[in-house]
Amino acid sequence: MYHKCLILHRTVGSLWTLLVRYPSCKAIVRITALALTVGMSCIAHAEPAPIKIGVIEDQSGDFAAAGTPKLHGVELAAKEINAQGGILGRQLVIISYDPQSDNRRYQEFARKAIQQDKVDVLFAGFTSASREAIRPIVDRNGQLYFYANEYEGGLCDSNTFVTGGVPEQLLTPLVSWLSKNVGKRFYTVAADYNFGQISGEWIRNLVASNGGTLVGEEYIPLSVSQFSSTIAKIQAAKPDVVMSLMIGANQTAFFEQAAAAGLKTPLASFVNGPVFYEHKKFKSPTFDGVYIAANYLEELQTTENKQFVERWRQKFPKEPYINQVGEDAYLGVKIYAEAVKNASSSDQAAVIKALEAGNVCVNAPEGKVCVDPKTHHTTHTVTLAQVLPDHSLKMIEIYPDQRPYWLSDAGCDLPKKRDNKQYTPSDPPAK
Amino acid sequence: MLIYLYQLADNISFLILGSIGLAIIFGMMGVINLAHGELITVGAYATAVAAHAGVPLPLAMALAAVVTGLLGAAIEIAVVRRLYGRPFDSIVATWGIGLIISQGILIVAGPSMEGIGTPLGSIMFGDQTVSVYRLVLIAVALALLGVVFAVFSLTRFGVHVRAAMQDPDMARALGLDVRRIYTWTFAWGAALAGLAGGLYAPTMTIVPTVGAGFVVQSFVTVVVGGGDVVTGLAAAAAVLGLVQSGLTTFYGTLIGQVGLLIAVMVVVRLQPKGLSAWIRRS
Repeated sequence: MYHKCLILHRTVGSLWTLLVRYPSCKAIVRITALALTVGMSCIAHAEPAPIKIGVIEDQSGDFAAAGTPKLHGVELAAKEINAQGGILGRQLVIISYDPQSDNRRYQEFARKAIQQDKVDVLFAGFTSASREAIRPIVDRNGQLYFYANEYEGGLCDSNTFVTGGVPEQLLTPLVSWLSKNVGKRFYTVAADYNFGQISGEWIRNLVASNGGTLVGEEYIPLSVSQFSSTIAKIQAAKPDVVMSLMIGANQTAFFEQAAAAGLKTPLASFVNGPVFYEHKKFKSPTFDGVYIAANYLEELQTTENKQFVERWRQKFPKEPYINQVGEDAYLGVKIYAEAVKNASSSDQAAVIKALEAGNVCVNAPEGKVCVDPKTHHTTHTVTLAQVLPDHSLKMIEIYPDQRPYWLSDAGCDLPKKRDNKQYTPSDPPAK
Repeated sequence: MLIYLYQLADNISFLILGSIGLAIIFGMMGVINLAHGELITVGAYATAVAAHAGVPLPLAMALAAVVTGLLGAAIEIAVVRRLYGRPFDSIVATWGIGLIISQGILIVAGPSMEGIGTPLGSIMFGDQTVSVYRLVLIAVALALLGVVFAVFSLTRFGVHVRAAMQDPDMARALGLDVRRIYTWTFAWGAALAGLAGGLYAPTMTIVPTVGAGFVVQSFVTVVVGGGDVVTGLAAAAAVLGLVQSGLTTFYGTLIGQVGLLIAVMVVVRLQPKGLSAWIRRS
């Protein structure tokens, strides 16, 4: 199509040249009319420019097993949207980079995607460290950015939309259920960076507000893969539950070593299981008895999810597990599409405005998910489950429509007040 | 008290097993082998694949050592052989080999593989429970030290190797096939790295980067130990293990890691040639 227009354009152009040399009134009228027709038909028939989705997710390195399904989630959603004619008649194209679990590469590719590729929306970041590495670049360029990940919460950023769960959605029901049904002595083992530290603060507060005690906590560097002393310390403290926020391939070895050491204390998590799918990686019954709070699990028994799993497995038959962040990415693209439709444009400021209108909801595999305009987070359906000895899941409880309440209660109101900070329970927004 | 002893021994055995292959390739041959972690990864994958195929675990581990040893021989013949006496070039070359191995595994086997599970269960140890398999690892670490000592100090092959390393020209003049000895020695080092990967495979997540978790500890242990494989390694692992597990037990994993690296700096400052040079002198 583009080619044909170019040829016509050139022809009309040479006719004009002739006209300038040999002026005649009739000819002017005819050629102008021709030029207009050609021009109009070209405008009407030209393929509308595609919408560019930039994706920066780990496909190699320590977080590859968790990050690969995120790219797949975006790809599946884009394929489904394109099959229905795209958004506003425009196709979605994906520009993807592999940051190799390395924060410096995240920054490099974020600059490339934003400044060179000029993506309309950016999906990027697995660890909170990688997100914080690229957020200044995102904010400086006013880039519409989706962080499709559960995380430690508290992000109040005008350009950022979070489609994963936060502690008030995932940890609140988990800790209160455990306090009632399992015991009140908690012990935290977590990865030693912003995610683990801030989530650890949430656990401290939640344990206290549920009348329990935190008998110990340890924050462990990501490079550590040997946990004999950590396990011995847990055994010595005799907790009722171990809250585990172990991140990456190195740290998930903790579960194998804890099971081998005969640690009988029940474990609980909102990342180990739903994100790193230890129940698929380790031989049963290594992960037996672990309590999980998740906004998505491949095992969810709804019709919506069963169809989703079938579509996913058709496109990616070798996927070891469709994890929570994979679904977060999938529903993130669906939310973006909805907002572009509402805005009738892919202009980033217009899309952000549409997302802040408070009427953007999608039917995700987990259930209905709506954007919270004040905080740019989403509601979620949270499931509490327990891993059985054969590594299948027993669903314990479902909490529909969990709101990300804490941040808006604390004073984050992005449509009214622009911001780009992350807050924590001990460092809330200034009122 | 007993549990602290167990943690100390567990830590020391991790240092010994993780660095014994490197002690031969780097400590003895002087090749700064940045593909050490990837050789461990190959061992872990070979063990996992064999175990999934139904091979009994000890046999799978032995198989992994053989596979990694053959890979090591191939690497020596194809690349490393051309780079003796050029340490910086060999750093870049082995680093590249490491990248090829880990990316190759990622492409072929995907980002993770199902684990094989730790055998042997757990026993009461003091008032706590520990994994029997990790006790076996401690015994294996000590046994391997003995094997390496026997091979390199008591056999004819060992004498040849040491002669070739100390004075290749003289060894050649006396009729030794130095090139072959180098290949065999490199293969030995690679096989021991692969065996370490196999031994730890049941306790870890099987991913293409699994060996990377050993690299820092391996290099510092070998640097602290110095040129003599067995005495150096044993002394370095004992000192570093004591520092690390002591600090980890009382101040947490982070401080344990920090303490390990500070101990390395202190030793290297006081004994640039490593503990084995100091032991030999005194």
